[in-house]
Amino acid sequence: MDPFGKYNSIISARATDKRILKKSQDGGIVSATFIYGLENNILDGVIVADRGEKFKPVPKVATTPEEVIEAAGTKYTVCPNISLLKSAVREYGCDKIGVVGTPCQIISTKKAIKYPVGLRHVTDKIALTIGIFCMENFPYNGMKTVVEELCGARLEDVVKTDIGKGKFWVYTKWGETKSVKLKETHPYEQIACHVCTDYTAELADISTGSVGSPDGWSSVFLRTKKGEEIIKKMIDGGYLETKPIDEGKFGLGILKKLALTKKEKNIKEIEHRKELGLPVPIIE
Amino acid sequence: MMVTVAHVQLSSCCGCLISLSDTYEKLIDILGSIDLVYCQTLADAREIPNADVILVEGAVCLDDHHTMEIVKEVREKGKILVALGACSAVGGITRFCKGGQMPKPVQSSFSALTEVVKCDLAIPGCPPSPELIVNVITAVLNGNMEYLRPFAKYAESKRGACGCDLIINVINKSLCMGCGVCAASCPTRAIKMIEGRPLVSSELCIKCGVCSFQCPRIELPKGVCQLDGE
Repeated sequence: MDPFGKYNSIISARATDKRILKKSQDGGIVSATFIYGLENNILDGVIVADRGEKFKPVPKVATTPEEVIEAAGTKYTVCPNISLLKSAVREYGCDKIGVVGTPCQIISTKKAIKYPVGLRHVTDKIALTIGIFCMENFPYNGMKTVVEELCGARLEDVVKTDIGKGKFWVYTKWGETKSVKLKETHPYEQIACHVCTDYTAELADISTGSVGSPDGWSSVFLRTKKGEEIIKKMIDGGYLETKPIDEGKFGLGILKKLALTKKEKNIKEIEHRKELGLPVPIIE
Repeated sequence: MMVTVAHVQLSSCCGCLISLSDTYEKLIDILGSIDLVYCQTLADAREIPNADVILVEGAVCLDDHHTMEIVKEVREKGKILVALGACSAVGGITRFCKGGQMPKPVQSSFSALTEVVKCDLAIPGCPPSPELIVNVITAVLNGNMEYLRPFAKYAESKRGACGCDLIINVINKSLCMGCGVCAASCPTRAIKMIEGRPLVSSELCIKCGVCSFQCPRIELPKGVCQLDGE
């Protein structure tokens, strides 16, 4: 089974801008790319998951680097970024839009591009898609339960959440670090995620995530010409530092393992649902 | 020989034809590659001729004898019969008609074309976007059945559409992951995303079917899952 979908190259990278690294989840690839795009006329608006109250993400069309930095960092809950696709064009007047999303949101965007039934003069303005690695997501109250009940932190106090080394981590503004084994968070996952077989956002121009790279760095798949071009310009201009991906067990090895785990697990679930006579999205 | 295309308007606002002409230079390309043999708004032809493709926009007024004859005629004369837009494909806003309106207060029954005759393709949306109409016409010209498959399915299903479809076919079936494309595509902004799920306002929904067509969890056509621009 093909774990990653098509791509031209994969690297480890991180932003060089300290302002980004201070707030970003890992290597700050999404923020750095969007800021570079906005500052160099490659993009004029980017759809991001902004931080709302109590760690509730809110979709937002960001048009300045400050707004991008404000929204930096992963939120482990559903944020309907694609709901802003039309208003980015109609209300914000953007015609070079960047979209960041989970693999399912990138799939949704690709379907919208191919079949733009209800998106008149919108999808031709999508200039760049960045996908983030995703095993599954949590509904807001699922994430809240994980943070508040399993980890014992108040959502008001949370400055960062993270998944890594088999655990869900919570960092509070009081400097505390709390965690819970991922296994214990499974009951709070969004069940609809279990029919998705895309771990690395296989249809995005660029896909990125922490898995496969050292702490503070991100693994980056360059999948399309557009994606390659912008990343190359950023590297040449000193906005990103890079190193070759670790091809060993803790690099590509673990990335491949996780991608295949998601595929195998969820293909089983899809088959199971079919047996029960339930609908599944992919129809041959 | 060029592919002959006819556009026939039933009970509708002409928005679907406007959407088709909103393709600017692409319309010229299309008009260059087809022979538009009938279109009351754009061409001077009195009789609906035989055509390879007949695009029908608007709902069918069952109370109007003349309309019922046209419906029979388009099925007989069109090799490929396309229900273009919400009213023709799934009923759309004409689902709310109950008669009593001027100048024909007795006309009270409107149905989607797909319910009245067998259609080959049905395109929801109010109106379907210009790009989409171009894509469909191009796919018909090239015989790209894979692209047309979702529209063929809509034609077969002969059913209405509603924002509630999102609840029944996606949320209730444990498939909604909260991407929000339904909210983005709704022409009346009837859909808000609350807690990562669509909340449909029944007062704003015009039953155009676009939200559930756009949903990647109801159907994910094969062609979508290929990476372009490598």
